Amino acid sequence: MADKILKELTLKVWRQKDAKSKGAFETYKIHDISTGTSFLEMLDILNEQLVSENKEPVAFDHDCREGICGTCSLFIDGRAHGPDDDVTTCQLHMRRFQDGATITIEPWRCGAFPVIKDLIVDRQAYDKILQAGGYVSVNTGGVPDGNAIPISNDNAEEAMDAAACIGCGACAATCKNSSAMLFVAAKVSQLALLPQGKVEAARRAKAMVAKMDELGFGNCTNTGACEMECPKSISIQHIARLNREFLKAKLKD
Amino acid sequence: MSNFLTTSIGKKVIMSLSGLFLILFLCIHLSVNLLLLVGPDAFNAGCEFMELPFIKVIEPILALGFIIHIVWASILTIQNQKARPQKYALRKQSQNCTWPSRNMYILGALVLAFLVLHICNFWYYFKFSEVTSQYELVSTTLMQPLYAVVYIIAAILLGLHLSHGFWSAFQSIGFSNDIWRKRLEYVAYFFAIVFAVGFSIIPVYFLIFGN
Amino acid sequence: MSILDAKIPAGPLKDKWSAHKAHIGVVSPANKKKLDVIVVGTGLAGGSAAASLAELGYNVTAFCYQDSPRRAHSIAAQGGINAAKNYPNDNDSVFRLFYETIKGGDYRAREANVYRLAEVSNAIIDQCVAQGVPFAREYGGLLANRSFGGALVSRTFYARGQTGQQLLLGCYGAMNRQIEKGKIKVYNRHEVLDVVVVDGKARGVISRNLVTGKIERFGAHAVVLATGGYGNVFFLSTNAMGCNGSAAWQAYKRGAMFGNPCFVQIHPTCIPVHGEQQSKLTLMSESLRNDGRVWVPKKIEDAKALQAGTKHPNDIPDEDRDFYLERRYPAFGNLVPRDVASRAAKERCDAGFGVNNTGKAVFLDFKYAIQQLGRDTIEKRYGNLFQMYEKITAVDPYENPMMIYPAIHYSMGGLWVDYNLMTTIPGLYAIGECNFSDHGANRLGASALMQGLADGYFILPYTIGDYLAKEIQTPKIQTNTPEFEEAEKHVTDRLRKLYDIKGTKSPDHFHKQLGHIMWDYIGMAREASGLKKAIELIAELKEEFYKDLRVVGEFSAMNNELEKAGRVADFIELADLMAHDALDRNESCGGHCRLESVTEEGEAKRDDEHFKYVSVWEYKGENTAPELHKEELEFENVQLTQRSYK
Repeated sequence: MADKILKELTLKVWRQKDAKSKGAFETYKIHDISTGTSFLEMLDILNEQLVSENKEPVAFDHDCREGICGTCSLFIDGRAHGPDDDVTTCQLHMRRFQDGATITIEPWRCGAFPVIKDLIVDRQAYDKILQAGGYVSVNTGGVPDGNAIPISNDNAEEAMDAAACIGCGACAATCKNSSAMLFVAAKVSQLALLPQGKVEAARRAKAMVAKMDELGFGNCTNTGACEMECPKSISIQHIARLNREFLKAKLKD
Repeated sequence: MSNFLTTSIGKKVIMSLSGLFLILFLCIHLSVNLLLLVGPDAFNAGCEFMELPFIKVIEPILALGFIIHIVWASILTIQNQKARPQKYALRKQSQNCTWPSRNMYILGALVLAFLVLHICNFWYYFKFSEVTSQYELVSTTLMQPLYAVVYIIAAILLGLHLSHGFWSAFQSIGFSNDIWRKRLEYVAYFFAIVFAVGFSIIPVYFLIFGN
Repeated sequence: MSILDAKIPAGPLKDKWSAHKAHIGVVSPANKKKLDVIVVGTGLAGGSAAASLAELGYNVTAFCYQDSPRRAHSIAAQGGINAAKNYPNDNDSVFRLFYETIKGGDYRAREANVYRLAEVSNAIIDQCVAQGVPFAREYGGLLANRSFGGALVSRTFYARGQTGQQLLLGCYGAMNRQIEKGKIKVYNRHEVLDVVVVDGKARGVISRNLVTGKIERFGAHAVVLATGGYGNVFFLSTNAMGCNGSAAWQAYKRGAMFGNPCFVQIHPTCIPVHGEQQSKLTLMSESLRNDGRVWVPKKIEDAKALQAGTKHPNDIPDEDRDFYLERRYPAFGNLVPRDVASRAAKERCDAGFGVNNTGKAVFLDFKYAIQQLGRDTIEKRYGNLFQMYEKITAVDPYENPMMIYPAIHYSMGGLWVDYNLMTTIPGLYAIGECNFSDHGANRLGASALMQGLADGYFILPYTIGDYLAKEIQTPKIQTNTPEFEEAEKHVTDRLRKLYDIKGTKSPDHFHKQLGHIMWDYIGMAREASGLKKAIELIAELKEEFYKDLRVVGEFSAMNNELEKAGRVADFIELADLMAHDALDRNESCGGHCRLESVTEEGEAKRDDEHFKYVSVWEYKGENTAPELHKEELEFENVQLTQRSYK
């Protein structure tokens, strides 16, 4: 498909000096963007333009630019990771936009993800949830052979579906309640499906949910918006499994 | 089960179980209501049945069910509001979830408002005054177009509330996966339609045939 | 004996590692608690090292420039991880993995290191399975394997096209467990900008807090660099935007020698460059070559029509397609090693047979596999890769052949380390892609993950004990000493110098210029005249950089431009060293192709007589040429032959 040129775009970008400052939208015009350009490359071009005008470029998180590291995080035109489905912001391309369009770019809005600067937010809350128990407690060495415990193909595949989570934060950012349930569920469900993870499944579910609550995320109301915006299409059936695991664990207490 | 009720999932389970209990009540309520279409004798007999002692015992439990459902919904909503201190300037939620699913509290509040009216209209009289024919009280009320319209709207709101609530209740207690979710969603839509249509038929019937 | 001592243990190859382990020092549990280790980088190597060292009882401080350790670029590895499990019963063995890795590296790696790598490979798989990594499984519940380039057996374990992600999340989980226990302290959004050497030993690092801009000091008994590769010196590469060589480069300037800087890998299957505004190249996993067939048109007029966009590839009949890899290398076909596949693609495109508008692309076609195996099977194997391709190019690869072209992917070169993974600075270790050790002149697919985890889980935790056993009397490292003072000032001054230039061009501008020089002269084909030209161009660029750089924003605050400026400054210097190294090595081997040294058929021609060594460069000061040391490579267990994949 041949690339076209978008002659002019208007960008409404959230600018905020640092965590303590109050932010506001700034409007920029940008010209002659090829539709084959990625969204972040478009922001690169904007930043080059700003630097040439001796203005401070827009700070945004990004790294691998191939949709796997989970660093990029923009809320574009009212949707997490923009108007395309099943992609991260870095995989979003300008062919999704019309010439002359106005594009609104905001950081994740979620109490547990405070803004650091401009479009960059602090997502350490997700790290903290995983630190509470999102792992199998084995030391290096002294483990059985990889084939010692067969795992059904179905379980391995379903675990992989959940494990695909990139921790970008789109689920909590998009959820009307700022709930992190899909993120927590992805890890709990992955490990609950595997024999290696079953051993401490109860402890894990309780600890991770407790940490999630403590960090000020909202409560899941099953709207399903998270799975729609999840760049890895993780299903909320994993949330159902988390609920099961949690109930099972709590009933034993 | 320590601190279960204060955890986010615990609160959702409360919503789920109380919601399912209320759905059960709605089933009975609708069955009795539909007797209105059969005739005065049938409906009055139905009302008499509802006066039986063992049903009476359930009444406070039912009230409790409502209260719990409402109180916990309020707690959840307040917490959820707090979880996002700064709102988005632009949101396109219609592209990722259904309208009822993100407006359950509003739907619930409207249904509650209706419930107050409904209690004033009927339950209060049934309970505290000498009503000889419940059928007559109901039919005269619903023959008034304003009431009829309010009752129809309420039935639709209830249907919308259930279209998300029914499936959601199962999801919250962990009874769902990608296969069952579809089935439960169908059942939810079925219930939603049955209740919306079922409760609406009555005012429509009295509006048309009562006068 | 040169000043380089690789410390390779004596004895037969297969016993070296176990004998070595048996004789090196060990720190008692009580003493481990008193020792601090800094790990820079949290990818597969750094993450696994941090977790394993913390499990042993050391106090670990880990650094990553990303907002979370989970985002290190190991996460982007797609295809898989090798191990000599021989589960498919296809006659794999530790020796065969060793042999194929040595051969794949074109005989420019150390036998002992590579053998050890092959030896511990199996334990990695077991470890990852125990951590809950959802590797692909057969219906019987056992682990599945697939094939990769340069191997005659199926030994690659995988988790869809996201193996790197799953392995990294595994060791990130292991790290998290230790963070919760308080044994690892992670400094995220911190970039390490210098290594502090006290009395000849590495004793700490200087970092910049990327949120506040504050320059901070950290002391420890040993420092481990796991900062990955320097592929971004080419600007366009498959590396993440933030990947950089700064910590390793500063270590080099502090006395750690640099091994084989010119050995970089060019990956044959990346999505072609589309325009000047492009910021990065996206890799399409090598595993795709299992089922995809690489071709260009046989007829030049078809190629011209494709370039002009007047012909659709599906309209070119099979008999007019040149499956050049199958034609040239019948034994390995589409699964030749990366360097071979890359050069072959370049050869066809240079001859005018490129298939896109720039003439720099070849086809990777799944039509045949879909016909044979069905769309479902292909979707199951490569679904996410196909989706990624479609998102980027807006072309459906189920219906049309993919277009691919080589791109910079990995750096085999890196800090020189001995058998213990220690650099020439005592107490400074380099692991994973950051060191030079295991891949010679070309890395085989699915071996980077293997090496990173081997170093971090199973090698460094042993060998670092040997060093630290002698440090148990050393008290906690204080950071208020003159050495730390000097290092901090050095970092601040360097950044200040860049910040104060106040020129007109952004760091990216210079980075792109550098990338062009690198790709044109130090890319897939190199020759003396070009390399000399490159050295001049790099010097000119450096001069312009220090005259005309513009860093906007605040100095002591979050400032992405300043971060980039520092990285580009280091890349420019590294580029110069790469050019010198490439110029010195007048032979072709692996990814390093000198046009002066090719066979009549255009294959790379090694010169074992003159170049059977590791080039080890020593920094001699700002305006002095670096000094080359040579570590001669001994091959006692494999016969050096001209690599052939025919």
